[in-house]
Amino acid sequence: MGSITFIEHYGTQHAVDIEEGKSLMQIAMDNGVPGVDADCGGACACGTCHVIVDTNWINITGSATEEENQMLDLSPEKADSSRLSCQISTSEAMDGMVVRLPEFQM
Amino acid sequence: MKFISSVIEKSAALIPIHLQIKGAHLFQKTKKSLLKSSPVPDFIESPIPEVSTLAIADIDVSNPFLFRQNRWQSYFKRLRDECPVHYQKNSPFGPFWSITRYQDIMFVDKHHDLFSAEPIISIGGQPDGLAIETFIAMDPPKHDAQRLAVQGVVAPKNLKEMEGLIRSRAADVLDSLPIDEPFDWVEKVSIELTSRMLATLFDFPYEQRHKLAYWSDVAASSPEATGGTGSMNEAFTVAAEVAKQFSQLWRAKEAKKAAGEEMGFDLISMLLANESTQDMINRPMEFLGNIVLLLVGGNDTTRNSMTGGVHALNQFPDEFIKLKNDPSLIPNMVSEIIRWQTPLAYMRRVAKQDVELNGQTIKKGDKVVMWYVSGNRDEREIDQADQFIIDRKNARKHLSFGFGVHRCMGNRLAEMQLRILWEEIIKRFDNIEVVDDPKYVQSNFVKGYTNMMVKITAKSA
Repeated sequence: MGSITFIEHYGTQHAVDIEEGKSLMQIAMDNGVPGVDADCGGACACGTCHVIVDTNWINITGSATEEENQMLDLSPEKADSSRLSCQISTSEAMDGMVVRLPEFQM
Repeated sequence: MKFISSVIEKSAALIPIHLQIKGAHLFQKTKKSLLKSSPVPDFIESPIPEVSTLAIADIDVSNPFLFRQNRWQSYFKRLRDECPVHYQKNSPFGPFWSITRYQDIMFVDKHHDLFSAEPIISIGGQPDGLAIETFIAMDPPKHDAQRLAVQGVVAPKNLKEMEGLIRSRAADVLDSLPIDEPFDWVEKVSIELTSRMLATLFDFPYEQRHKLAYWSDVAASSPEATGGTGSMNEAFTVAAEVAKQFSQLWRAKEAKKAAGEEMGFDLISMLLANESTQDMINRPMEFLGNIVLLLVGGNDTTRNSMTGGVHALNQFPDEFIKLKNDPSLIPNMVSEIIRWQTPLAYMRRVAKQDVELNGQTIKKGDKVVMWYVSGNRDEREIDQADQFIIDRKNARKHLSFGFGVHRCMGNRLAEMQLRILWEEIIKRFDNIEVVDDPKYVQSNFVKGYTNMMVKITAKSA
């Protein structure tokens, strides 16, 4: 089974197992990764599961959709490879992927 | 009142804003006496009947006494169960749709392409001549630019800087409370603390902080907008005062900036630092709008959650015991308080096109009210929704902050204030007993308290 690594803003790393088909947000929540709030429960409506995908992996995850960008645009920490993790469905192709968390979810 | 607003906009650079507002006030007074235009509804309280005695079409949840008389739960439950997308065609605020289920509210809130937040988010309109411009009532892209300019003031980074100050001010308030004798929690704690907070955010003269809460109350209590107890004269007088004092504050900060002095983290310093807002003072209705939005946004909401938490823990005493046994539940409890209280009951939209929703056709131009207060009690989405459970799972999933692009900008500040308050309460007090039925605000928008008598017991050493 593959894994994905979340890196908190101040560097703490969390490697979590991929559960094919589950959203990246849900995997973070299920594994208690700090720094992902997911207030709306995965409806792409609050912007609090913001992650910054390592640019080497953005081809696999794809870029943020217009719907995601509506929320992401409100964050001062938005980067080119920012995504809402509730909108990323995980797969084994993401084995070894690294995503960074912003300093704050807002 | 586009006309008056645009005249004010154009002459802004020449005539001080507060004098212009006085001029607009005179105009409105004259107009009212001559033309009897735009009648303001006159709300006289009478007992609200049991909802079961009414035909569904006659249910009017815009009644500003529904919260005051504590009848709201049965009214919204009936709508959720029998007619979740409900049309009331004869309210004092004109016809409007009520959206009462969690998922439907989420749908409307997310679809700003279908539902516009303009021109305002209350069921009724703004007072004639005082149509302020605020991004809570703007659609993208204008909304996004305006919001980005000011949201730094409540960004988590800024809050971290303020946490110590907020804690010491909260401690100060709690230490001054009478022990073992009844007092009004609303006045002595909730209003006092939110006023202090607002003064901090605005870098407003601290000794005048009570004006901020008063101004906010007046701004949110217009009868034509929310069924509140305000009056036109009071609204104009306050608008002129707000404009005057905040213009002075602005000019003082501007001079500081020009002199190359270090700027603070307060709202006006931030507006002055941003290219798109540094000349906002020349757009008075926008300037006033942003000030009023942060005043009201930071006042009624937190204030009534501060009171609501105490009220909830009294209605569910087992939860108080749970809290005392495990103070680490405070952050989760804060979300649960915000859900349970829902201090702002709704946000209003206008359909931009015909929309089918839950079997009804909402027509282009219709008013659509998302009743957060109802969605937060929707049993379809929230288990035991009427229960207050401080260790509730997914407590953050409530609707009180709204969802989508208009999601509450100050949510992290609100949560932090409430968390600090409860951390400091738990250190000091063994019990806060509500000793009389609380009294509620007259409004269909602000779900809040005017008075709640409590008696506190100090923690035994």
